[in-house]
Amino acid sequence: MGLLSLAIWTPIIFGVVLLAIGRDDQARSVRWIALIGAVVSFLVTLPLYDGFKLGTSAMQFVEKGSWIARFNVNYHLGVDGISLWFVLLTAFINVVVIIASWEAITTRVNQYMAAFLILSGLMIGVFTALDGLLFYVFFEATLIPMYLIIGIWGGPNKIYAAFKFFLYTLLGSLLMLVALIFLYNKSGGSFDILTWHKLPLGSTIQTLLFFAFFAAFAVKVPMWPVHTWLPDVHVEAPTGGSAVLAAIMLKLGAYGFLRFSMPIAPDASREWAWLMIALSLTAVIYVGLVALVQQDMKKLVAYSSVAHMGFVTLGFFIFNDLGVSGGIVQMIAHGFVSGAMFLCIGVLYDRVHSREISSYGGVVNTMPKFAAFALFFAMANCGLPATAGFVGEWMVILGAVKFNFWIGFASATVLIFGAAYTLWMYKRVYLGPVVNDDVKNLTDINAREFLMLALLAIATLYMGLYPKPFTDVMNTTVSDLLVHVAKSKLN
Amino acid sequence: MIDKLSWIAVYPEIILLVMGCFILLADLWVKSPMRTLTYVLTLITLGVVAVLEAAYAMGGQTFYGFGKMVVVDPMGGWLKCFSAIALMASLVYGRPYAYDRDMLRGGEFFTLSMFALLGMFVMISGHNFLVIYMGLELLTLCSYALVALRRDNATATEAAMKYFVLGALASGFLLYGLSMLYGATGSLDLNEVFNAIASRQVKHQVLVFGLVFIVAGLAFKLGAVPFHMWLPDVYQGAPTAVTLLIGGAPQLAAFAICLRLLVEGLLPLAFDWQQMLAVMAIGSLLVGNLAAIAQTNLKRMLAFSTISQMGFLLLGMLSGVVNGNQLNTESAYSAAMFYAITYVLTTLAAFGVIMLLARAGHESEEISDLAGLNQRSPLYAGVMAVVMLSLAGLPPLVGFYAKLSVLQALISSQQTSYLVLAIFAVLMSLVGAFYYLRIVKVMYFDAPLSPVHPIVAPADARVVLTVNGALILILGILPGGLMTLCAQSISSIVKTLGS
Repeated sequence: MGLLSLAIWTPIIFGVVLLAIGRDDQARSVRWIALIGAVVSFLVTLPLYDGFKLGTSAMQFVEKGSWIARFNVNYHLGVDGISLWFVLLTAFINVVVIIASWEAITTRVNQYMAAFLILSGLMIGVFTALDGLLFYVFFEATLIPMYLIIGIWGGPNKIYAAFKFFLYTLLGSLLMLVALIFLYNKSGGSFDILTWHKLPLGSTIQTLLFFAFFAAFAVKVPMWPVHTWLPDVHVEAPTGGSAVLAAIMLKLGAYGFLRFSMPIAPDASREWAWLMIALSLTAVIYVGLVALVQQDMKKLVAYSSVAHMGFVTLGFFIFNDLGVSGGIVQMIAHGFVSGAMFLCIGVLYDRVHSREISSYGGVVNTMPKFAAFALFFAMANCGLPATAGFVGEWMVILGAVKFNFWIGFASATVLIFGAAYTLWMYKRVYLGPVVNDDVKNLTDINAREFLMLALLAIATLYMGLYPKPFTDVMNTTVSDLLVHVAKSKLN
Repeated sequence: MIDKLSWIAVYPEIILLVMGCFILLADLWVKSPMRTLTYVLTLITLGVVAVLEAAYAMGGQTFYGFGKMVVVDPMGGWLKCFSAIALMASLVYGRPYAYDRDMLRGGEFFTLSMFALLGMFVMISGHNFLVIYMGLELLTLCSYALVALRRDNATATEAAMKYFVLGALASGFLLYGLSMLYGATGSLDLNEVFNAIASRQVKHQVLVFGLVFIVAGLAFKLGAVPFHMWLPDVYQGAPTAVTLLIGGAPQLAAFAICLRLLVEGLLPLAFDWQQMLAVMAIGSLLVGNLAAIAQTNLKRMLAFSTISQMGFLLLGMLSGVVNGNQLNTESAYSAAMFYAITYVLTTLAAFGVIMLLARAGHESEEISDLAGLNQRSPLYAGVMAVVMLSLAGLPPLVGFYAKLSVLQALISSQQTSYLVLAIFAVLMSLVGAFYYLRIVKVMYFDAPLSPVHPIVAPADARVVLTVNGALILILGILPGGLMTLCAQSISSIVKTLGS
């Protein structure tokens, strides 16, 4: 069994075991097994980074075996410079999320932990699948645990949110399924993504495929104007669900653009880049303004996610090295930072049971350690230099300026809006005098919460100070991808 | 003179007939109210028959017996094997339920099921209009009696009446259509009819006239719109154990006669019947999915879900011949066969859960009865969730691959109209996902209704249900084997077309 299979199946097997043996009266041992499972799953991904060869855009750690012979579907896995970090990120966030849910979840703990473990395995599957159908199976299967996580452990309006999440994303991916089957027939009976990359396609077909993929991935990212599900879902989801959703699940969509839309339909991608850029800029500017007026902390961070992801898609569709690499770096950074932001909200919510900004004020007086962490992540969210948030944004802005000064100019406003809504929220929640008894009675974070925030803070800081390991991995793959996209596939 | 080989070909049917009669007699001496002996004997017989059929099917040979009146081929063998297994599962789920409702008295429950299965076998292996019709009548007559088995129950009796009247009408349609074709082609044998039509010597108008009636009769048996009216009422009105008996295994037989009549007999008319199927498929997908949303009764919802699933199956059936070209036949009909088999597998588990949740004096067939099932029994809730997500066509469950093969059959035809049909089907399955997910929601997100009754179910039913649910998942992770099996079965039919 290869390393990638191990990375996918270890958490899933732990999850299934928890489902089978876990009971509510043994919540303690269930939590420990889940944590061990998550840590082991993370550890098995580390050799991937260690053994990854730089300077090639070929797939590495490839595993291939026949899966469904009738349709020539293969169990085909591999990572390149684009996907490698997301495998590690997914496994890492999973550990953090399980630590975060330690005390917050008290009912049906085994199902909760199992859902996260299985979800993490499935998402690694999405990032590593090199077979179109295998990709689709993983991509769709992630909906099921997330639906249950939102619906069982979510807030008061959880059912609406769970359905909205599921049906919205299902609509997009069903259209993608038709596109995948179409490509299968067009390529003479192959679901191999790398074969599809080389397949010559006519202009109309490319456009149709581009929009079928767009339906799936734009909803997942989510891009403006199909982003409306995200705030609703974030508000109702439990803390862990929000963190995974923001940190990893949104990246599935952006990753899809890089793996499917751009290389399979390069001509259409270039032709419709103006649309993608326009939608991305709208997300950056308009959604940034929307975030400014939110009363609910989770909604605010959700809108901030949409704006940041707009930055990612902007970077992709300006087609230069800086933009695409910057987009990927931004995805990883956003994984750490948005995950941390949601966990911070979770820490407050566990204590006060409110997400309204107006219920807080002066938290720094009662929770100094926590406020320090929160300040750090808020700074990272607005892209302060030396944090992870800065690197990606800086690269994308540079790339955008190279592409067109005014687009670069417009995208740079993200720094202003980002700072405005994040810092204003920070001021209202943490600074000033203590406003009510709830805040007065707050206790500072315990060792467990400290650990989970510290893990994310270290990652954020490391990436901000020394982004080389991240960019080195992706350089060759990104430049080869751009060479590929620049060539016409019209026949 | 009938040769010996013919008798060997129908060996399983003979066993079924003899054992059916024997069990009917033996039951006279059975005292146990649960009819344990009858039950065990029935299961053993079905098990033996299933193994025999699987052995025939694995031989891969096509053999005609009784002067080409019956055919034994891999497709028939597998479908018979699966319908015997499906009947076994139905009886295991249904026995405690039937016992609580005083339906086991006299043992007809078992013998009627066995004769119904015999009818299915005859339908599946019939290679002659009359044989197929006889099998169909044997099946439906047993089904009418089974629906009416709870004769004191008003809804069951009403359902039986409705089923009988409409079923008889549909059989009449089918028979009328068959007689038209007989009149036009001068033969009852499928191959001879095929060749007569292919020779283009027969007047097209007469053939299409007969065809309309045949398609109507088949559509009634499948439950496709606009011949679906009986389905919700009968599904809801019949005792759940019987609902499963008529909604499970017989769908395999219904698929088989569709294939025998439309493909083996009338493939040269494909252009005509494909259009009819297309209209019915669109109607079924629309009506089934939209009406299911409004249901509060779980059995009724499953009935409308069946209608929509049959729409999908018809989509597979209709994409076989493209512009007179038969290249796509194998992929299309094997997709439909895969669809039928996996549909039956999921239906079994769905009704299995409904029956195990029911208890004496309480039917547990409202959707709200499932509220909070996850807290009461994670296992049953898990099985039901797997069933619903599979019916919705989500990976990694087997229903996804069924939909995938049908979509692939449609898209590989390279016809824009079929591509549009595929996109329509996909959008309709999005609508379907809503009401399937609602069941998951009720089980997982809602709190249980009080008072909560403990769920008691015999061990055999629990084990079979677990295996059934696990199979939906396992076949979802490794669907290759069953797909290949369907493809091989169909290819051996396609090879012998018109010979």
